[in-house]
Amino acid sequence: MTAYIIRRLLYLVPIVMGVLLVTFCLFTLVGGDISQQIAGKNADAETIAEIRHEYGFDKPLFLAWDSQFLDHFKKAFTFNFGRALDREKIGEKILRGVGPSLALTVPMFLGTLVISISFSLIVAFLRGTVWDHIIVFLCVAGMSIPYLSFIIFGQYYFAYKLDWFPIFYDPSRPIYLSIILPALIGIVAGLGSSLRFYRTIMLDEIRSDYVRTAFAKGLTSRKVLFKHVLKNAMIPIVTNTVLSIPYLILGSLLLERFFGIPGLGYLMIEAINARDFFVLNAMTFIMALLIAFFTLVTDVCYAWVDPRVKFD
Amino acid sequence: MTDLPTPTENASESVKGRSLWADGIRRLRKRGFARVCFVIVLIYFALAGLIFLDEVFGWNIPLFDWQESVGPSYQKPCLEYEWMPEGQEVSQKGWTIFGTDFLGQSTFRKILYGTKTSIMVALFASVISLLIGVPLGAVAGYCRGWVDDAIVWLYTTIGTIPGIILIMAFAVVLRSQTFFGMEIKGITAVYVALGLTSWVGICRLIRGEIIKRKESEYVLAARALGCSNGRIIFLHLLPNVFHIIIINFSLRFVGFIHAEVILSFLGLGETDKPSWGAMIDAARTELARNVWWEMAAATAAIFFISLALNIFGDALRDCLDPKLRTD
Repeated sequence: MTAYIIRRLLYLVPIVMGVLLVTFCLFTLVGGDISQQIAGKNADAETIAEIRHEYGFDKPLFLAWDSQFLDHFKKAFTFNFGRALDREKIGEKILRGVGPSLALTVPMFLGTLVISISFSLIVAFLRGTVWDHIIVFLCVAGMSIPYLSFIIFGQYYFAYKLDWFPIFYDPSRPIYLSIILPALIGIVAGLGSSLRFYRTIMLDEIRSDYVRTAFAKGLTSRKVLFKHVLKNAMIPIVTNTVLSIPYLILGSLLLERFFGIPGLGYLMIEAINARDFFVLNAMTFIMALLIAFFTLVTDVCYAWVDPRVKFD
Repeated sequence: MTDLPTPTENASESVKGRSLWADGIRRLRKRGFARVCFVIVLIYFALAGLIFLDEVFGWNIPLFDWQESVGPSYQKPCLEYEWMPEGQEVSQKGWTIFGTDFLGQSTFRKILYGTKTSIMVALFASVISLLIGVPLGAVAGYCRGWVDDAIVWLYTTIGTIPGIILIMAFAVVLRSQTFFGMEIKGITAVYVALGLTSWVGICRLIRGEIIKRKESEYVLAARALGCSNGRIIFLHLLPNVFHIIIINFSLRFVGFIHAEVILSFLGLGETDKPSWGAMIDAARTELARNVWWEMAAATAAIFFISLALNIFGDALRDCLDPKLRTD
């Protein structure tokens, strides 16, 4: 087991190197020298030279001790990403965004999880009937409506027209007030795909032999569903939950943008609008690191829980 | 009875089996709803193709001329309205099913043109991602060894970066760059970004399938006949996994259409021509003025093609390869 974990940890090294290589190619090689853009259109040559020096665009790309290539790796491994275009430290910006993002995404995720799992158990019970087909059709229909339409309509109707919720995030009021509506919109928009996903998992379980045995020995369907099926379906459910954690930290780009919630999604959108490659670079690296780590955690949990998984 | 088949013909007929495709299509025919969905998808594609040809050859079909003002600013959908075109003295009558936008352009025509934008983005993005993913996956699965390790490393790396961040990063960086003398702008950045980031799934799938099939008898037979590795991969193995590519393609298409909406909203998409994403984005300011028809029309347009593609793609998967069910 320990050897397995160490081997998996070592396997992280080439992946992290690969991510850094991709971000270097993307933001430094292709994105290139953005000093002209930072300085503005009417800047003179001296200002541009100053900015080039400050952001290190005047250094050689490769083949030097202070090359941009090595600098890119150094920044990533020390988590010192420097300053964003608005002069604020990127590390502080990101740390500040984690809280609001989690405040939005955790209730949203838990709500979707609870609703879709309980519904999927009911649907699994109804399998093959007309209701099953209707619910699956509704799921696909819900998945077919663009996310943006859900948000724009929800914000307009429930916040602007009915005035049940605040339209924008207001720092002076408690945060849960501003979170309710975006979280509800997120749950409704994500329910279709989530329910369909868990329905398939439940159906896979319900077709297996132990369920037939349980029914044969005379257990009620409620007992079979909640005691036997749900317990066995926990493995994919837990996997899915653990793998979702990095995305919870990332927040919801569109919801945060529309409701003005100052989380990491909002930060990303700001960085895109300002063409701030430094923030984008830092975010890409940190998110990739989180995802690689949580994928490892899932694999280790799998090996730990399921004796059939081999350690190699 | 003069047209009795000769014994040899009869014998060859009895051993002739049905192909996977004939079998799949026969099963698909039995599903009425999937057929309706297929027709809907075909209509969207035909429309996009027609608008494309109209642009290339300059046919000037009036229905596709979205720039023309056909009514007053923000005319509600109605069967009859009167308006005064600019520079004219007589008022005109008209009708509209989806209303008009700020400039008095017909929403219906913009929706039609947006079809071409969306289908083009999704099609080009799919083609790019297939052109990268399929050969890489096939080569990785067939060769194994260090080639496999390298390709698996590449797609794990790309797969580790969250898709939405990667797409946006590509789109931001690629915009207004010049490659080989061609400037990447507007919609090109969107589909190049989508294509370059979305090949991981199909690559992984094809690699797994090839690993499963490379030990089959027909591959062994081909090798015994002296076929080169390239010939075995591209002429023997890939045709046998082609249905997986088609299924993946049809389900992936929907994702690309929805991604175009989000990228347009972020200001990374088409800027000077109508697209569904831009129309939904416009609703942010319009809804407060009670202008709901532009967003409703664009949402409906996306809804119907997504629904049709989703249902058709699922039916296709169930008919061609039921084992592929993953969701």
